[in-house]
Amino acid sequence: MKVLVAIKRVIDYNVKIRVKSDETGVETTNVKMSMNPFDEIAVEEGVRLRENGGAEELIAVSIGPKQAQETIRTALAMGADRGIHVETDDDLEPLAVAKLLKAIVDKENPDLVVLGKQAIDDDSNQTGQMLAALLGWSQGTFASELSMSDGKANVTREIDGGLETIQINMPAVVTTDLRLNTPRYASLPNIMKAKKKPIDESSPADLGVDISARLTTLKVTEPSSREAGVIVEDVAELVDKLKNEAKVI
Amino acid sequence: MTVLVIADHDNAALKGATFNTVTAAAELGDVTILVAGSDCGAVAEEASKLSGITKVLVADDAQYANPLAEVFAPLVIGMAGDYTHILASATTFGKNLLPRIAALLDVQQISEITAIQSADTFERPIYAGNAVATVQSSDATKLITVRATAFEAAVAGDNAAEVTAIDTSENPGLSEFVSTELTKSDRPELTAARVIISGGRGMQDGENFALLEKVADILGAAVGASRAAVDSGFVSNDYQVGQTGKIVAPELYIAVGISGAIQHLAGMKDSKVIVAINKDEEAPIFQVADYGLVADLFKAVPELEIELEK
Repeated sequence: MKVLVAIKRVIDYNVKIRVKSDETGVETTNVKMSMNPFDEIAVEEGVRLRENGGAEELIAVSIGPKQAQETIRTALAMGADRGIHVETDDDLEPLAVAKLLKAIVDKENPDLVVLGKQAIDDDSNQTGQMLAALLGWSQGTFASELSMSDGKANVTREIDGGLETIQINMPAVVTTDLRLNTPRYASLPNIMKAKKKPIDESSPADLGVDISARLTTLKVTEPSSREAGVIVEDVAELVDKLKNEAKVI
Repeated sequence: MTVLVIADHDNAALKGATFNTVTAAAELGDVTILVAGSDCGAVAEEASKLSGITKVLVADDAQYANPLAEVFAPLVIGMAGDYTHILASATTFGKNLLPRIAALLDVQQISEITAIQSADTFERPIYAGNAVATVQSSDATKLITVRATAFEAAVAGDNAAEVTAIDTSENPGLSEFVSTELTKSDRPELTAARVIISGGRGMQDGENFALLEKVADILGAAVGASRAAVDSGFVSNDYQVGQTGKIVAPELYIAVGISGAIQHLAGMKDSKVIVAINKDEEAPIFQVADYGLVADLFKAVPELEIELEK
């Protein structure tokens, strides 16, 4: 089995986001970037399949600027065999990303594609579902458990109110939720080894994909903020305030 | 404008977020609601009474008993040409289904809108709610998921929209439903609760959530958790409030032993009244709380229980 994981370079989840004063976006210069946390879970799942003999090859794909190669190196250090970098400086929408990934899947013919359920920058939660649609494949989204046998995948999904298990035909697209696994840290020897692993480079034009944007971002603003309230002395005062001032209990 | 809402339901009743999605749809134009399910007549009848709905389409067939995206997508695509906008709730149902439809219609979906500025311009939170983007779509059909907490719930009135049965679509046979394991609880669902009491890493272990449950039972509240508490294995992920969990906006939100990470605040900062109980007076949660209590939760929560029972 061949497994492909798609990973995105995003602003690190620990960074406090600053909206640009001209309202054109958020500040990204001199900001720490790292792999989208949900995509780390996808890489980890791929590496585990690689280690337990379920997968013969694990390919990590990233679409983005030159520096996206650093993110691919991280995946290679975690255990992916090789990388594919589609270089573009454009801010791509999920539909364009799904089309590019489809072009790569058509070339590589993996049996399974694993992606994070959403990127923590645009919070769209679309790319995996769109890729499955364009390929005509089944989709196992928000997975918290994944197992495969006889050309089928059993996916346990995080749904509102609990869990749902579905059985889907392979090849399939799976998107990861938090409890699927805990991603490993790459060891220093593996980081060194990753430097020698190959990364194929291409561009959206090479893949023949139209990546033109369908949405125009008119502005990006700060959310309305809340004012800090009062500190109460004890529980009795708290209950009194809730009953008589806020009138919510 | 002609708007299609894809109903999220359990074949017996509409799910809460669908009511809010109908309100958002009604801001855009005439609303048709699609109820695809199995033995879902009661849902169709419920939908027909909602204010703002002009038409109910029912696809009643065993293949729609569970909302598999592969099975639902062809049904919606078959009727998509009749509508300017197709909306679903930003629940796990809508999030799973709508992008599959969007890709097949070659449309760039707009996820989790929180406001409608015009027929083609919408506001949506990005970066875990730390910024708000205003986006304009150039696609012929707009596909949109709606964040429920940003819109009022549509109410049942003396409306009696026409209910029409429609032809079913072909099942592509890619996926099968196996089972669901729903968290059993006598308490209200997080996204529908009027009061929520949530615990964070400060709870120390899952058993201590019993403290919160006692208070929840007095207040008729739902119990939630921060991502830290979920990651630490105290409670399951369906308790999670935050950008990667559920977005809630109750009348009263009580955060216990929660520091107030950005990702948690994104999930609850629209609550009407926020209470924070934390022993660390520097915790960021106090910056958004209307009422803060700097105290050891293991002392304060039992006291709260006693005080509320008075």
